[in-house]
Amino acid sequence: MPVSWIMIILFALAVLGYVLGRRRALASAGGDMRNLHSLPSYYGSHVALFAVAPAVALLAIWLVVQPMVISSSVARSFPDGAISEGSSLSLVMSDVKRVADGLNVAVERGALSAEEAGSVSAGATNIRERLGSVGVALGSDVDSSVLDAAQKYRAYASTGHLIMTLAVLGLALTGFIYGMAQMRAEFRARNIVEHAVKALLVFAASIAVLTTVGIIFSLIFNTIEFFKLYPARDFFFGLTWAPSFGGGSELGMLPLLWGTLYISLIALAVAVPIGLFAAIYLSEYASPKMRAIAKPLLEVLAGIPTIVYGLFALLTVGPLLVSIFGREGLNWMQAGTAVMTAGLVMGVMLIPFVSSLSDDIINAVPQTMRDGSLGLGATHSETVRQVVLPAALPGIVGAILLAASRAIGETMIVVLGAGAAARLSLNPFDAMTTVTAKIVSQLTGDADFASPEALVAFALGMTLFVITLGLNIIALFIVRKYREQYE
Amino acid sequence: MNDMTLLERGVQTDDIKISARNVEVFYGDTHAIKNVNVEIQDKTVTAFIGPSGCGKSTFLRCINRMNDTIDICRVKGDILLDGEDIYDPKVDPVQLRAKVGMVFQKPNPFPKSIYDNVAYGPKIHGLARNKAELDEIVERALRRGAIWDEVKDRLHSPGTGLSGGQQQRLCIARAVATEPEVLLMDEPCSALDPIATAQVEELIDELRQDYSVVIVTHSMQQAARVSQKTAFFHLGTLVEYGATDRIFTSPEDPRTESYITGRIG
Repeated sequence: MPVSWIMIILFALAVLGYVLGRRRALASAGGDMRNLHSLPSYYGSHVALFAVAPAVALLAIWLVVQPMVISSSVARSFPDGAISEGSSLSLVMSDVKRVADGLNVAVERGALSAEEAGSVSAGATNIRERLGSVGVALGSDVDSSVLDAAQKYRAYASTGHLIMTLAVLGLALTGFIYGMAQMRAEFRARNIVEHAVKALLVFAASIAVLTTVGIIFSLIFNTIEFFKLYPARDFFFGLTWAPSFGGGSELGMLPLLWGTLYISLIALAVAVPIGLFAAIYLSEYASPKMRAIAKPLLEVLAGIPTIVYGLFALLTVGPLLVSIFGREGLNWMQAGTAVMTAGLVMGVMLIPFVSSLSDDIINAVPQTMRDGSLGLGATHSETVRQVVLPAALPGIVGAILLAASRAIGETMIVVLGAGAAARLSLNPFDAMTTVTAKIVSQLTGDADFASPEALVAFALGMTLFVITLGLNIIALFIVRKYREQYE
Repeated sequence: MNDMTLLERGVQTDDIKISARNVEVFYGDTHAIKNVNVEIQDKTVTAFIGPSGCGKSTFLRCINRMNDTIDICRVKGDILLDGEDIYDPKVDPVQLRAKVGMVFQKPNPFPKSIYDNVAYGPKIHGLARNKAELDEIVERALRRGAIWDEVKDRLHSPGTGLSGGQQQRLCIARAVATEPEVLLMDEPCSALDPIATAQVEELIDELRQDYSVVIVTHSMQQAARVSQKTAFFHLGTLVEYGATDRIFTSPEDPRTESYITGRIG
């Protein structure tokens, strides 16, 4: 029975459990809701919960564990001599799986009968051809040991699936009966359901956390791989970035880091003053009507995909800068793609981050603070400059740091706006590139995944992650410290 | 508490400092203050009492035009300070507020040092020519705020680190530092414990020697303790105004009597 069918049955069981559980609980209270400990819906939910939750959990675990168990037992039964030179067990196992899947498809399409699939031998039929006729392409002819293993794999899988179906449905039914057995008026269904809700929330939260941990680990392992192939000192302190996929690359990080920091710096130099002034206007001077219109408009900027900003940099800002600073003008600039182009456009992208966060923070400064200053005969702008901004400063710094970590992690604008040349230069009209842009180009090339040229992307990613994590932690720390002041 | 010791000093002058005529205040469509006429004397503590929402704080905020900062608020009628209409277009509300200081319900020291809190007003009004003069102004203000002895060794630590009562006296010192002529106090003790309240009340009585003080209070005992004149507000109108001891002993209006005996409010 396919998994989707099992899910449908479980769902039906849940609905049935809800209706029956509710009815049974009400019946045990003599039909009077007031005699129940909890509202009737809690009793229904309780039965549905017990019918479905353990069964779904079992199903999920089984689906993850079964392929692992079967693979290892099939692999163990593989004859030693069957693995040819230049190959490995994992490559052979993936062949086995491909053939097993192919047989499944063939049976589904009717090209093979179920018994045929189980008994066919490599000598008698050309498996590759027959599978090819139903659209399953295999890279090479199937040798007999692989075919045997594939058939064994299929046999184990179908047995395992049958056991799983029985176990899951059995558990669901047991849970259903157990839940129903508890349906008495004094049963505290409400408390149990509350616990289940809490468990759901914990589960959701832990998925987010575990994903982060998973990402960090995948970065760490690949970074370690990289440092085994390439000296860490050369990576961190090398001044040249010259990857060549034939080997013998120089993978110094500093030119990329410099590009990242330079572009971010220009972006912040644009975004911080403009964003901050906009925030001050919106929160202190704008009338409520003006604010209601202007603030969402400003936040539209934050909703524009960064690739669109990239196009804007490439097609509008770059040529505009060239016409001023290029050969016809001051002759500082060679082409439209430059640090300045990317920095300016990224600055525009960051304006809503700075302004929106700063606006919230300025609004959080208590009105009594403003009253106190105005009551002493200070003008509005004196109040803003000398009382409101100093009070909001820690929060504003936090907002700026968050914007900075956005700038450092930005990719598309850089790819389109700043060029691809990794170089160490002070001229903001030179093309440069950043860590993120190089991660993309290192991973999308044709390089062998195990080569240092590809693995360097993980080391770069890790570096970037550490930098932005550091910035975020500092920002959160500052913002939190600021919050304590008024609560 | 000993009510009478503070009252014995009596009203020392009959000069009219503030005179309000036919004042009406609207918040949007709400008619918050209806036709209030009152004359407030110099070097006197005048208390505004009345139930919540009766308009006493609103009226207080009219005297230094703090209501200007609220968009929907409109004020009609005349308020004269030393005979000059403060709502005249020629009057700069910012200058007015330097002359009519205000202390708020909740202590609101700026997130700056104690010194900078007090020096804030003198700095923005350019009252000191040099650092020495500023130091002098700050010390004088803190002494007048009766908090000098407690903070003189930590003038450069943050004002927000003081206790509630100290913060409120710091705010009074801050208001005094700009050399105002009138001090408005909007329930200055409502966030304070009884000991801090007693200290602030003592201070208010001392301040009377130099300023005209107007205080809004919810506590009738406080009004009786610190003020020489009392005005009773009810539902946006000024019901009764007169010497404090008379208001509390033989009120003329039945509403005043009900309020001070605890039947309404």
